[in-house]
Parts: sequence; structure tokens; C-alpha cells
Amino acid sequence: MPRKHEIKKVLVIGSGPIIIGQAAEFDYAGTQACRALREDGAEVVLINSNPATIMTDKDIADKVYIEPLTVETAEKVILAEKPDSILPTLGGQTGLNLAMELAESGFLEKNNVKLLGTSPETIKMAEDRQAFKDAMEDINQPCIASKVVETYADGLAFAKEIGFPVIVRPAYTLGGTGGGIAANEEEFAQIAPHGIRMSRVGQILVEKCIAGWKEIEFEVIRDGAGSCITVCSMENLDPVGVHTGDSIVVAPCQTLADKEYQMLRTAAIRIIDKLKVEGGCNVQFALEPHSFRYAVIEVNPRVSRSSALASKATGYPIAKVASKIALGYNLDEIKNAVTGKTYAGFEPTLDYIVAKIPKWPFDKFVTASRKLGTQMKATGEVMSISNCFEGALMKAVRSLELNIFALDLPAYRNFSREDLLKELEKIDDMRLFVVAQSFLKGISADEIHNITKIDNWFLEKIEAIVRLGEEIRGGNLTPELLRKAKIFGFTDKVIGEYTGMTGDEIKKMRLENNILPAYKMVDTCAAEFEAVTPYYYSCYGAENEVTPQENEKKKIMVLGSGPIRIGQGIEFDYCSVHCVWALKSLGYETIIVNNNPETVSTDFDIADKLYFEPLTPEDVENIVDLEKPYGAIVQFGGQTAIKLTKSLNDIGVRILGTDAEDVDRAEDRELFDEILEQHSIPRPAGRTVFTCEEAINAAHEIGYPVLVRPSYVLGGQGMEIAYNDTDITVYMEIINRSVQEHPILVDKYVFGKEVEVDAVCDGEDILIPGIMEHVERTGVHSGDSISVYPTQSISEKDRATLVDFTEKLAKALHVVGLINIQFIVAKDGVYIIEVNPRSSRTVPYISKVTNVPIVKLAVRAMMGERLRDMGYGVGLRKAADYVAVKMPVFSFEKLNDVDTSLGPEMKSTGEVLGIAQTFHEALHKSFIASNMKIPSRGNILITVRDTDKEEVCPLAKEFEEYGFNIYATGGTCRRLQEYGVHARRVNKIAEGSPDILDLISGGGCDLVINTPTRGRQHNRDGFKIRRTSVERSVPCMTSLDTAKALLASIKQKDEGELGIVDISTL
Amino acid sequence: MRAYLILEDGSVYEGESFGAVRDVTCEVVFNTAMTGYVETLSDPSYYGQGVILTYPIVGNYGVNYGDMESRRIWPKCLIVREASKQSSNFRKEATLDDYLCKYGIPGIEGVDTRALTKKIREHGTMAGFLTTNRFDKEKVVEELKDYKIKDAVKSVSDKTVSRLENDGKKVALLDFGAKDNIANCLHKRGLDVTIFPHDTKAEDIIAMNPDGIMLSNGPGDPTENVEVIKNLQKLYETDIPIFGICLGHQLMALATGAKTEKLKYGHRGANHPVKDLERGRVYITSQNHGYVVAAIDETKAEVSHVNINDGTIEGLRYKGKNIFTVQFHPEASPGPQDTEYLFDEFIEMMGGKSDAEKA
Repeated sequence: MPRKHEIKKVLVIGSGPIIIGQAAEFDYAGTQACRALREDGAEVVLINSNPATIMTDKDIADKVYIEPLTVETAEKVILAEKPDSILPTLGGQTGLNLAMELAESGFLEKNNVKLLGTSPETIKMAEDRQAFKDAMEDINQPCIASKVVETYADGLAFAKEIGFPVIVRPAYTLGGTGGGIAANEEEFAQIAPHGIRMSRVGQILVEKCIAGWKEIEFEVIRDGAGSCITVCSMENLDPVGVHTGDSIVVAPCQTLADKEYQMLRTAAIRIIDKLKVEGGCNVQFALEPHSFRYAVIEVNPRVSRSSALASKATGYPIAKVASKIALGYNLDEIKNAVTGKTYAGFEPTLDYIVAKIPKWPFDKFVTASRKLGTQMKATGEVMSISNCFEGALMKAVRSLELNIFALDLPAYRNFSREDLLKELEKIDDMRLFVVAQSFLKGISADEIHNITKIDNWFLEKIEAIVRLGEEIRGGNLTPELLRKAKIFGFTDKVIGEYTGMTGDEIKKMRLENNILPAYKMVDTCAAEFEAVTPYYYSCYGAENEVTPQENEKKKIMVLGSGPIRIGQGIEFDYCSVHCVWALKSLGYETIIVNNNPETVSTDFDIADKLYFEPLTPEDVENIVDLEKPYGAIVQFGGQTAIKLTKSLNDIGVRILGTDAEDVDRAEDRELFDEILEQHSIPRPAGRTVFTCEEAINAAHEIGYPVLVRPSYVLGGQGMEIAYNDTDITVYMEIINRSVQEHPILVDKYVFGKEVEVDAVCDGEDILIPGIMEHVERTGVHSGDSISVYPTQSISEKDRATLVDFTEKLAKALHVVGLINIQFIVAKDGVYIIEVNPRSSRTVPYISKVTNVPIVKLAVRAMMGERLRDMGYGVGLRKAADYVAVKMPVFSFEKLNDVDTSLGPEMKSTGEVLGIAQTFHEALHKSFIASNMKIPSRGNILITVRDTDKEEVCPLAKEFEEYGFNIYATGGTCRRLQEYGVHARRVNKIAEGSPDILDLISGGGCDLVINTPTRGRQHNRDGFKIRRTSVERSVPCMTSLDTAKALLASIKQKDEGELGIVDISTL
Repeated sequence: MRAYLILEDGSVYEGESFGAVRDVTCEVVFNTAMTGYVETLSDPSYYGQGVILTYPIVGNYGVNYGDMESRRIWPKCLIVREASKQSSNFRKEATLDDYLCKYGIPGIEGVDTRALTKKIREHGTMAGFLTTNRFDKEKVVEELKDYKIKDAVKSVSDKTVSRLENDGKKVALLDFGAKDNIANCLHKRGLDVTIFPHDTKAEDIIAMNPDGIMLSNGPGDPTENVEVIKNLQKLYETDIPIFGICLGHQLMALATGAKTEKLKYGHRGANHPVKDLERGRVYITSQNHGYVVAAIDETKAEVSHVNINDGTIEGLRYKGKNIFTVQFHPEASPGPQDTEYLFDEFIEMMGGKSDAEKA
């Protein structure tokens, strides 16, 4: 059927902040959807609370509401914009749930708004556990013995009936939040009640555990005429039991014969046909490895993380096609953009293999449990493509940026056979490397299979990599062996280390023997048709098929930011994409290099050429050798790209924008101090050290408290406030766990307000679109602070100083492009904390709220234009007459054992924005958008460290006067009572039950204010309070500043209706 | 051992030998399916050809002989990027290497199959020579120019009549090089299937009084089968329902005045989109053909299915007759099972009721 012309104005709902289980893939899907809809003449209205996304650009949608994703807001937007339809399946579970709530309440019908694509009945059938089970029974599709229950008792009874182990899955949650495998009754008692609480509808599914079966996924698309295709099959290397988001995944399936493959493919099609999905759908199966028995695990009637992966793995744009189907088109009416000739009604066929490895936050959260199960823990993922499994796996491993380039890790080298057998029992992020080491210790594939249930094909392939490594170490590196090593994905550097040579020597040997990477195209059709997609991957032992064209245009290489991780999120993808678009509009040919399948930047129609490759010196150098770009841009890809500056420089690639030397000057403590001194810019006293002893001496010289951190930092990695020698000893040990190439910084901790500036510089002039002020005082990482634009409490004099310092620094560092500076505004003046001569986390948000296309201006400056000629002025822009509040969002409920207290180390995974006329309204909106359960009355538990006891009193009083009941533990309680607060005393844990945890767990507490005791030694009560709060979804404020802001926000509730703001009108 | 594949245009691809060691001359074609090498290699339609599999890792799940689609391997050689040394599957009886050795078929691995496929795509299907010996390129190329697959159907069709008994309608299956799953798809639906050699006289088939006639797939140039086409003209004149697949489709078309032509590089794979014009739906099909029905006599037949990619004819329905034929493979094996419903339509055409659930 052709386009339904009655669809004129479509509301697209985004997925909100990045949290574990719902990440950048929905910006990719949403952006593609918006573009697809507009391409067909539909007007697009967008709601998404996440300002770091590309989809919330006013170039992507006609109307953009960066507003909380709540029913109230959505209703207001619908009433204001009067769309005729909603596309609900592109915004993840969040978008889907919101659309369903609107549909179920009758609001949509009342306002003549249609749900496009998949119908509400279908969504319900797929999402409601019982309805889904019934539907599957109807078409003879086996499910796993399971039952939906709403109480613990019913769950337990059923678990006993089907026998342990059982899996608990909460209904309507993200990434399996709140679920888990219970091996016995005790574990069930822990998991099940938690799952019931986490579910939106208070239901859990108790299911027979089939851990160890193969996990297979299909991405299926169906149109309104009923045509179905499967875009891609995927096989998890990790058998059932590990969340697919936490599994190593390959595409296509590798260990299924055609008989099994077609059985599951047909099942997937029958399911989507039964559900009558119109659009994309993900079907997950468990396949018993020794028979044709299988079971349907789950169906997602929407685009998902897996569909993003499938799109990138095949070149088939699922979100785009799903959007076209929503508009009424059938598959045979939608052109295949890759070939330009064939249609979307076909199945991609691959002539390569794709490997995906999750990126976990365990390098940041060193105390977190690394155990993998049904609850997803990864923040992002990397993908790689090669023509053999070995090459794909090795490329993916080095894309993770863990400083790991081969499978044999020094950490396991001294493990005995017995140690390894024990280690193999653990299902965690290190399993791949444990398996590899096991082969080196003579453990057989069969033995490993018996423990891990990983299919022997994968195991033996891993063994092949390990054996080849041994052969290389053997010493006789022949050209044939070298060729094989390259095919298997060993880098020159690793081969060099194995053979006692340098990476350069290996490269020389390669060149002498004509062992060069070949670049191949991802074309959806295994070369059957000529394709026009400029989407490439490298492999060895093959013919290169990419011949760079000689044309007038200068070629610029843009380096992406790799996998999403805490501290380096979607913001950098936003910047990379805008950099590419800016370069294109200036007439340059663009090449992007990146390895993250979830993002917009790796959509093949963003840059002129996409190289889906690891971001390591060797991989990038190979592309440079082929493409010979005019220059490269590293400013927008976060530390990942910055880290490549030196190697690009070494091979003679022009770094566009700020020189590599100046980047070094900003990062090098001593060089930077010189600049500061020259310009009389104060910074907190500090020292650079390498050893623990030096650190302690430095702290004594400067005086406690001090900040300790590595000099090349990513989201405050390894940064802590130390109050005494013990603290320093503990932190230094942690920092030095990974090899530090650069010194460690010890700085005086200065108390004050934290202020942040992003500026564009052309070498002469600067432009500051806006100054941001943090709600939390110094000591809380800027990424975890509530950030307010424009500043609310900074004097004009201090503002002038900030601008002056920024100007001086930008000039001194010869910044061309972007600079991000963090300041402390203390009582005695302005201090500088940190300078990053590159794009920052705040660039997308500040671009949107100031209406200054920061990345574009920076790119134009880098390409030689003057700011004066760009039409946005120079110096500090006039502040807006509205307020924007950026609020961090955390994923603590996904990560057991992570302390939720805010500090210098970044912990948030995403952010939301609130925009309004007043600070308090904006703040209130951002709290709502962050999904916090904000109490309006009720009980507050206050337990703060000694130094905060004075400060907390007036705050407690204010809460009490507003109508909250105050509960507090011993010391805090006494102090509050002295102050005149009617605080009720609660027992600490050691004082016996009922204690604070009983209060929180029993639902008797609506808000917790808990500031952590100084130092890293976990105050056990504090840690337990914070964790219990997270698990009970009780908001827990760990900074008094945040608590004050929350109170202001709660009071705002009484101020009447919240407005909505279309940012394209700002 | 090093092995070399020399193509008609003089290009030489070097790799490692696996499977049997033997020199062969073949017509080089590519198949883009990602699974199903056991079935593909035993598909008689590949008679005389050398098959490139575009999926780069082959042999992953080993070989189960029960998955074979006929009594032996038919292609003259197998050309892959990697013949996986590792293989794993609960039904595995042998490795890919064992499989090729058992039937005396040579293979070559380590070839850049994507580059080779692009060459075939650009140049069209070519003859090739696979050897592990030293060779005189000029001489090989000269000989390759004369290579043509001849007597294809005759060479693959079973010489004897066989039967899969059942209590349903009686079907005569004409074996032009049939994949076993055609008979299986009929038999599992309750039909009584008798398989006849390709050269069985129309009269003999009519004499058996079948409820329906199934025309199978098979190899080679359809126009080569002059006698068969004459037989089909006679069958066309009867009122017996006829269902044709692949070569069977082409032969019935030729018998009714249509023309066939050779495609530049054929359709071979498991992802070909075909639109069923009556149902208005696109189905993904398994395909394996080098020739195609190009022009039909529209007074006799109408197009029922078209290929979404290139618009070629994928199915015909004969006017005023209980005859329908398709170019693709509804029996799948390997490939998608989406169009198995055609067997049910065939049964309905015979006036029977399909026992699809049993299927």
C-alpha cells in the first residue's frame, strides 16, 4: 500500500536519559525515524527528555520538546500540537510504555490521535506475560514453563511446583531490571519481592531456568500486507542465563545447521504474523543444544538494542523501514538504500562475520559485582566486522579500550589448572579471557564446555587464536605465520611483544611481504548486486576493494568516541555527527571511524565514508594509509579520539584545530602551571606524583583535604577526595592497579561553587555561548552535578573574571575549536580546576539551550574561518531569559554493590533537561524527568556525617515546616532536636531491629538524606542505607545541595501547572 | 597443498586444497545462502558446476548425512573462504572435509570469495578449472572456452521408479534431478508419491492415473530437454493437476510456447524476495537457477509470482488448466520455508485436503 496521506503530523516519543538497558541505540533509531518521516513530508513533533541526543536537534524534528516523558507532558504536547498520530515503537520501552498509557486511558482516541504501525492490542499481547503465553500456545510455539504472579507466596508455590532453579523476570522493565536466577528458596526470597517492586504493574514471571541452552535472536520486519522478512539472526556466545545485552554476540548464527536455523526463522515469522506487528520486532529463542527443542524467550514488538546491532551488522536500516511501514508503505515499495536498486523486501545476506562485545562499567566501579545474569549491566557495546571469527573477535576486544589487545591476560598467567577450572565457574565479564588462559594451561574444549556450556565451535575458535599466539611466541616468524596472525586479528604491537620486536619492525616485515589490510564493503547482499554504500571494514588475506577517489574535495577524517561508558556517553557521538555535518556543508569529504553499533555516527548515511573499525593507532593508521586524508579531527570523540592524537601526528596526519602540542600543554601539569602563572590565573595548589609516598608528602605540603587523580582522566576515573594518609594509600593502590603512563595529580580541595564554560575559539577571538553553574559544591564530579544555565548566583564581577580567564587560556593554548573549562568560584575568588581543549559533555545541551550551533562554529573555526564572520558574535553571549537545568541520571538499581554517594568520580549514565521560565520550575521538571519518585509529604530519614550536622539543621526544619516527618539516627537526631526539629530517633544497624534499614525496607520512608562519611572506608551503615534506598526506589540525596534543590522542587509542585517549551522557538 | 582456480578470463585464484584432490572443470557460480551447505552440495541442480559459497566460514556445524538432498554431491568442486577446522553440532556425523572426500569432490579454501563473486557478477557465469598441479594458463583458458554442461538432466535423474507410499492422493513426480525434499513435502502431507525417471513417457504416467503430477527441479539448459518438453505437451493436454518447480517450471513454459534465457549470473541463495501477486505478499525464497522464463504465451499462462529484485518471472498459472509452476524452491532445504503453502495449494487443486499440521 502506498503512503497513507492522512498522516500529516506525527508525534515521536524518545527514550529519555541513557540508562543501562536503554542507551544510544534509541537516538539512532529515533533520528532515523524522524528523518524517514520528514523525507515523506510528515511534520514531526518530538518529545524526549535527553538533551544529549541528536534526535532532539531542531534540524531533526519540526517541533522539539525536551520535556519529562510523563503522561501529563505528553498530553500537553498533544493538546498544543494536535498531531494526528504517534509512532510509539522507536523510543524503547520508555516510549512504548508512555504511548500505551496514553492509549489505554482513552486520551488518544478522544483527541483523534492514532498509534502508527503496531497496534496497542499487539503491544499488549507481546508485553503482557500471560497474554503472550496464550498467543504462543495458539500457534504451537513452545514457551518455557512459567507463571505470572503478583505475590511472593504464589511465586514460591509455583517455583516449587516446577522445581529450582527458576528465573524471575519483572513485567515491563528495562534490561531485565530486578530479575535474576534463583537456585533455591533462599535466593528466591531475595529476588522475587524485589522483582515485584520493580515492575510497573507489580507482576513477575517465575520461569523454569533453561540456563545453558543456546540463545538465538532474530530481527523480523512485517508490513501491513503481511509480508515478513528476517533482517538478521544473531547467536549469543554466552548461553542462556546471561542477558543478551551482556552477552558476546555474533551475527549471523554460527553453530546452527540449516534445519535448526530454518525452524527458528519460521517460528519467528509465525510469531510476528500472529502478533500482527507492523514494523520491527525482536524474537529471542532458547535452543536446546542436543535436540530440536526450543522455546520462545521473549518478543519485543519495537526497535531495540538488538535491532540497532542488526542494522549495523547487515546495513539494513530497520528503524527507517519500520517508520516507512508506519506511514503505510509495504516492503516491496521501500527502496534498499544500500543498493539503490533493490527493495527493502528481501533478506540481507552477509559475507562477513560480526562480533559484539558489551562494554561494562566495572573498570570504574571497582567494587561492583561483575557477575552477569539476567539483569543487564553493560553501559555500551562495540562491534567489529571481519571475514573470520578470530579476526572479528580480536578486533572487538581491542575496541573495548581496556588496554587489552590479545586474549592471554597477564592477570591469569600464574593461575594453575585448578584455579582456572574454578574461575571458569564464574559467569562474568572476564570469562572470555579465562577460557583463553584455560587452553594455555591444557584444559580441553570439552572440559570448558562442560563448565561454561559455551558451544565447542566458539571454544575451539578461541583455542585457535591462543594456539596461534603460542606459535608466534615460538620465535620463527615466517611471512606465512605473520599473514595468518594478521588474519586472526593480532596487532603489530602484540606480534612484536610476542617475538621481541617492535610494532614498527613487524609493520616493516608486513609491508615487505605485501601483507596489507583489505577493506571490504557492507552491502546487504554478499556482492550479488552492485552497492553504493560507503560502509567498510577491514580484513586480511583478501583483495582491497576500496579505491579512494581523486576529487576536488579535501578529505577529513573524524574520529569517533567508541563504546558508551560512564564519563564518555552519547554527547560525543552528538558532537562527532555534527562535526561531520558541518564539514559536509563546508564542502569537505568526510570519513568517520568508529566502532559503536548503537550510535548515529555509525549510520552509513552520515559521513561520506564509514569505517567500522577499532579506534587504535594501528587500525586508524591503516585507514590513513589508504585514504590519505588532508587532516583529522580528534576534538569531538572524547578521550578515545584525543588518545590517538600522538600516533596520528607521528605518521604525519595534520591534526585540525588545536595543535597536539597545545593539547599536551593543557594536560601536562607543569606546562599548564607555567601558563597559569604567566597569566596570573589561580588554581588550587597541587603536585604531580608517581608513588604513594610522594602523594602523602605532597598532601602534607598542601594540607588536607586533597584531590587525588590520574592526569589523563575520563569522567574522573580514579578520582577521590582524601582526608588523611590512609585515604591516600587506599586510592593510590586502586589507581595503580592499571598501568599509569602519566603522573598522578594531588590537588588542594577548594570549597566553592563549581562553574563550567564551553567556548569556541578561532585562535584570536572566543565565543562563550553560556556559563553553567552547578548546584552541588566542588567535590562532586561535574557530570554528576545538576547544571544550571544561565548561572543563578554568580556575581557579575566573577562572571567577568570567568570570561577573562577563558579568553586568556584559549589564547595561551592557541585553541582553535572547542575548549571546556571548569572553575571554582570560592569566597576569595575564581580558581581554575580543569581545562579540556576539546568538546565536552555539556556541548549538546548548551548548544540547544543557547541556540548556538557550537560544533558547527568550532568546525568552521578549525577550517580557517573567523568567529567574527560567523554571525554569532564574540565574547559572552547574552544570557537567555529562561532557565535550563541539566540533571544527571544514574543506573544504580542495575549495579549491585555500587555506592551511590556522589563524589569526584563520575557515576551517572545519562542526563535529562528541564527548561522553564524560572529556575525552580526548570529544576522541578528535571527532577520529574529524571524519573525520581518525588515525595510531596511523608517521612524523611536524615543521617549525615559530623561536618554536615550544622548545615542540615535548617534544611530539616524547612522540610518539617513543609509537612514532612523527620527521622534521624543518634547524633543527627540529637543535633536536630537541639535545633528545634521534632526528629524521631531510629536505630542504627548495630543498635538492633527495628533499625534504619527496616524503616526503608518496610516502606516507611519516602526520602533519605545521607551524606557519606569522609574517606573511602565504607561506613557500612551508610552504604547499606544508600543501597537499600536504591533497591526500594526511595530517593536518596547524598549531597546537601541536591537535597536543598529537591525541597525547592517539591515546593514548586504547589505553584500550579508546568508549562511546555518547544526549543525550536527559543 | 596449494590449489588453483583458473577462470575463463584468465584470472587465477590461489588457495589451499581440501576435500578430494582432483582436477576438475566446471561452470563457476555463487550461492549467497549463509547456511545449508550439506543440502546445497547434494542438490542435483548444481550438476557440472563449481559452487562458491559467499558466506566466508563454511563447515561450522559439520555434516549430517541425513540432511543430503540426493544420493551424492553434484557440484564438481566447492570454493570457500574458510573451511572451518572446527565444527560442532549435536547431529554431526562428519566434517565438511570428510563429506567432500567421501564423494571425491575437491575443494579450495583461502580464496577471497567476495572478490571472486564480484568478478562473476561483472563478467557473468564463467567456466573454471580447479587443480593442485602445475598448469599452462593459456592452454587451460583455451579449453575452458569450450566447456558446456551437457546431458545434465540425463546425468542426474534416477534411472528407476521408486515410491513413497501413503494413503492420500497419488502423485507422479517427474525426476529431472529432484531434491528429496520435494517428495518429502508431498509425502508428509499424506500423499502417495511415485518418482519416475525424467524420460518416462507421458503415456506411462497417464496410465498410472495419478491425481497430480509434480515436475521437479533439475540442472542445465532447459531447452536441451527436447523429449521431455514433448512429453509435457502431452501432459498439458490432460486435466491432471500439475505443479512445477524450477526446471519443471521452465520446461512446462517451454512446452507451452514460452522462451527461456540464461541469466548473467543466476539466482542462487536463500534470500530472494518473490511477490505472490494473488496474495499481495512478499515471500523470501530459496533459489537455484541460471535460466529463467523470459517470455510467455499470454493466451496460455499468466504471471503469478515476480522477483522483487529484478522483476523476473517467478511463477506461472496456466489459463483454463490446473497447472501452476514456480521458479523458486518451496521445498526449501536449504533456505526459507515460507512458500511451502504451495504444496497445500497443489493438494487442494487435486481435490484433496492438506494435512498441513502433520507436515
